[in-house]
Amino acid sequence: MTPRISFEHQLEALNDNLVEMGQYVEKSIDQIFKALETMDIELAKEVMEGDDTVDDMEKGIEAQSLALITRQQPVARDLRMVSTALKVVTDMERIGDHAADIAEIIVRFEHADFYHLSKQVPKMIEATKKMVHDSLNAFIKRDVKAAGEIMKQDDIIDGLFDKIKTEIISLLQGGNQNADYCVDVLMIAKYLERIGDHAVNICEWTIFEEKGTIDNIRVL
Amino acid sequence: MSENKIITKDLNLYYGENHALKNINMEIKDKAITAFIGPSGCGKSTFLKTLNRMNDLIDNVRIEGTVLLDGENVYDEKVDTTLLRKKVGMVFQQPNPFPMSIYDNIAYGPRIHGVKSKEQLDEIVERSLKGAAIFDEVKDRLKKSALGLSGGQQQRLCIARALAVEPEVLLMDEPTSALDPISTLKIEDLMGELKEKYTVAVVTHNMQQAARISDYTAFFLVGEVIEYSETDVLFTRPKEKKTEDYITGRFG
Repeated sequence: MTPRISFEHQLEALNDNLVEMGQYVEKSIDQIFKALETMDIELAKEVMEGDDTVDDMEKGIEAQSLALITRQQPVARDLRMVSTALKVVTDMERIGDHAADIAEIIVRFEHADFYHLSKQVPKMIEATKKMVHDSLNAFIKRDVKAAGEIMKQDDIIDGLFDKIKTEIISLLQGGNQNADYCVDVLMIAKYLERIGDHAVNICEWTIFEEKGTIDNIRVL
Repeated sequence: MSENKIITKDLNLYYGENHALKNINMEIKDKAITAFIGPSGCGKSTFLKTLNRMNDLIDNVRIEGTVLLDGENVYDEKVDTTLLRKKVGMVFQQPNPFPMSIYDNIAYGPRIHGVKSKEQLDEIVERSLKGAAIFDEVKDRLKKSALGLSGGQQQRLCIARALAVEPEVLLMDEPTSALDPISTLKIEDLMGELKEKYTVAVVTHNMQQAARISDYTAFFLVGEVIEYSETDVLFTRPKEKKTEDYITGRFG
């Protein structure tokens, strides 16, 4: 039984909003990958428009967290929860940004078959999708052990990015492909690689919230 | 890491049948602020008072164990409690200036301990008032009654009075709970300066205050020390669930 009922409710509301934002970002990622596969320009536009919603969610969570710090002076696990919220929203928002960045390329792009330019692209999309899903899931469930494991998936994504880069370079050197087209595919791969980095950060915040450490370094 | 100024060993205190302090083993660091927190009736004030034997004045009290001040047991038979309390001064929740002038309030202790020279007393009064960050506010009315001061000023006067006999340790029992926020912050700032020269132990109900000012914090519950550690650690990653529940306000 807690005497701080209103504080508890505010913490729950903060967590609910984090979960909602995580789910929204994950939906954007699923949609953008579907749009990539099917070259669905309308779906891509939807993701671009949805980015404003992600931005608003981020600001809302930041305001909520700062109000909690000001009015409730959280300590111990409450302080870790609120500071995690303040940090993790940035990574969620960046993932949303990169989904919108990819959407822009899809909308601008005219070659329907670029998805198959490199055989590594579908693999990288799959790996990124899985990592975003797993990291958000670990965060929502506060599963520290899973978070530690999921971080390792980033090596796969980084490896795929290097392969795609090498392939694109040789395509450009061959001179048979449209250079714009090649660069856009490389950009998409770079966005995916960055999304992977933000998923790593989400795992790190999951661990921080429980232990107060980042990369085993004590910060709180 | 500073030296231990006070060490308590297996300290137990009984008010009649009531076992109010249970096996307290604590090391209080020199020239640092140690805060005692915990709900009402947990023993924190009782513990504070054992450090300069203020509990001796209460009927029906039985104390077992030792309190070592610089290695000497303050409960040893040969200890002169007046001299002990000169070394280990105390400031209370309610400012309690004597009904006399500001000057005489400060000079009272030194006079009792044999200082007669006016020059010397003048010097002690000025130094003590400066040490309690109140000199500039009262220097033009030293001969006026201390009862005319505001609550916050009275409390700093009481701190100055404690400093006048050159203590080594200052015990403060909820020193700001009767004060307004500005006076509270002044006292908190002052405590930060005092710890340069003195060992400070403070009982506070205000957890944010303990977090703001202290170097070490002990959490008391029903006569026991549940957790004692560096303040930074206790307020960010307490080891005990009971501590966590208390500091996060989930102690129902």
